[in-house]
Amino acid sequence: MTILSKESAQDVLVDVQNVKKYFPIKGGILKRTIGHLKAVDDVSFHIHKGETLGIVGESGSGKSTLGRVILRLLDPTEGSIQFSGTEISHLKRRHFRPYRRDMQIVFQDPFASLNSKMSVAELIEEPLLVQTSLTRLERKEKAIEIIEKVGLRAADRLKYPHEFSGGQRQRISIARALITNPKFVICDEPVSALDVSIQAQVLNLMKDLQEDLGLTYLFIAHDLSVVKHISDRVAVMYLGRIVEIADKHSLYSNPLHPYTQALLTSIPVIDTDENPAPKEEKIKLTGDLPNPANPPSGCTFRTRCPLAHDRCAVERPELTELEKGHFVSCHLYTQEK
Amino acid sequence: MQSNPQEIQPENPETNPNANKEKSNSPFQLALRRFLKNKMALISVFILLIIIILCILAPVFTDLDPEKTNLLLIEKGPSEEHILGTNGMGQDNFSRLLYGGRISLIVGLSAMFFTLVIGVVLGSIGGYYGGIIDNIIMRATDIMLMLPFLVLALTIMAIVDKVTIGLFVAIIALTAWPNLTRIIRGMYLSLREQEFVLGARAIGASDFRIIFKHFIPNAIGPIIVNATLMMATMIIAESALSFIGFGIPQPTPTWGNMISEAQNIRILRNHPEAWIPPGLGILVTVLAINFIGDGLRDAFDPKSNRR
Repeated sequence: MTILSKESAQDVLVDVQNVKKYFPIKGGILKRTIGHLKAVDDVSFHIHKGETLGIVGESGSGKSTLGRVILRLLDPTEGSIQFSGTEISHLKRRHFRPYRRDMQIVFQDPFASLNSKMSVAELIEEPLLVQTSLTRLERKEKAIEIIEKVGLRAADRLKYPHEFSGGQRQRISIARALITNPKFVICDEPVSALDVSIQAQVLNLMKDLQEDLGLTYLFIAHDLSVVKHISDRVAVMYLGRIVEIADKHSLYSNPLHPYTQALLTSIPVIDTDENPAPKEEKIKLTGDLPNPANPPSGCTFRTRCPLAHDRCAVERPELTELEKGHFVSCHLYTQEK
Repeated sequence: MQSNPQEIQPENPETNPNANKEKSNSPFQLALRRFLKNKMALISVFILLIIIILCILAPVFTDLDPEKTNLLLIEKGPSEEHILGTNGMGQDNFSRLLYGGRISLIVGLSAMFFTLVIGVVLGSIGGYYGGIIDNIIMRATDIMLMLPFLVLALTIMAIVDKVTIGLFVAIIALTAWPNLTRIIRGMYLSLREQEFVLGARAIGASDFRIIFKHFIPNAIGPIIVNATLMMATMIIAESALSFIGFGIPQPTPTWGNMISEAQNIRILRNHPEAWIPPGLGILVTVLAINFIGDGLRDAFDPKSNRR
């Protein structure tokens, strides 16, 4: 299944094809592998240069694992990952190292993702120290430049992370990720640990930086409203698979997969006289995410799907293009062969 | 959702207004400041320093050779020349006390140093890489922990003809490293899962850099605390072995073998000045080290319970 059409192939920066990440489950006295936890199960998508692909899903849907696999913080079990045309999924660690300049990550928890024993200057300059042969002075100059760009002061260089608030720490993380001039940044729920007011500030900062520096983002979140604000296209993940991927506008105005519909109707709306909440019926999801070590047969969503029918238990739905650029994996829209 | 980076400054009104003039402290400086507030620990540092100075500068405080025997002066009480009297071989107790302290401190310090080196190296390797290497190291610590210290020490001392300080240190370090190795490995296992370590990997930092710049600075507090407390037990181990006659042999003085002379009921009764000072030496040194260790623990981990 190739989502990629021929004409757009030139400006694709990241191309992920059939990537799987299975974690072995060890058991027994001899620690033999007795099963696999399918954190990411056959995921394919691509990201164009300069665009933001949002990935949403519940906790445990494999979205963070996917991000880590793309950055090779975890090794994929199967599949291909291409970064500007180079296959990186099976490069040795040593050979992959130069690519890390171009691919960076901003983590979720700004309190855990900065080494509290290092000063801001050390933290921000560390990527340069590791990746380049710049002198001390050059590193300092670049660090000051990026510190000011993310909205902190040059004087903050000498402070330590414990002296900053969550939002400021996330700015430090962003500065650290951007100092090597990467092309591609994975944002692993960068705002979900922050207060709502600060979320907006950090999101806007990330958007501004994207325009200034021509960045490409993979934006992971569990919050559809955050993703709507920043993304160009959105992929919805459920239990390690992409169930729907589409242009932001077409996904939000015309969600096709029942899971996406349920997620969208679950966004709370303030019901006022001028702006009444839509009266449409909410699709409520019951139950929890099934155990990814033992996923349901056929369509993995069928256990919670209000519209599930017999075929869903038997056959796994493929991701199919229903409208241009709008892919869904659901049997409701495909004919039985 | 309006913003540009300039307007967003006052996110944290508590720290920001005086951000420019305020001098910031590294976590290590903060720990040092907390330590300096701990009176008990400071007094202990002071006392330990006095003991160390007395032992190092022993020749300044006494002209007598601690190993020189004088059969005409056996078990004499305190006099002007021998302020703590002499022992059963006519050696001067005061100079033996000072020189003996050297041995105790050297044994404690160097055994701690070697334990620390072995523990940090093996603990780092096992905790960082995991897998088979970790398994081998952990099974080795299991085996070493099974060996009872006293029996092992007595056996080796019984086999070897001439017990030297080096051998002594080696035996103590050999039996003490598994504890520290396990502590360090345990800390690394939890550090390994932290996001900042993942972040260091994401920028392409080498294993060496991750261990030295990210793991050790975050584990240094408990490492120092454990090493300090371990030093106290090592000094006691030396004294205990010397006391039962399996320590550093005569004529080299140690606090342990000075006390062992008090096994003789005559000395125990009639010459308290011969065995009380070395006993006090051990007691005070070990107590001081323990208080310093506690102070360091409170300083590095302010959340640990305070009385």
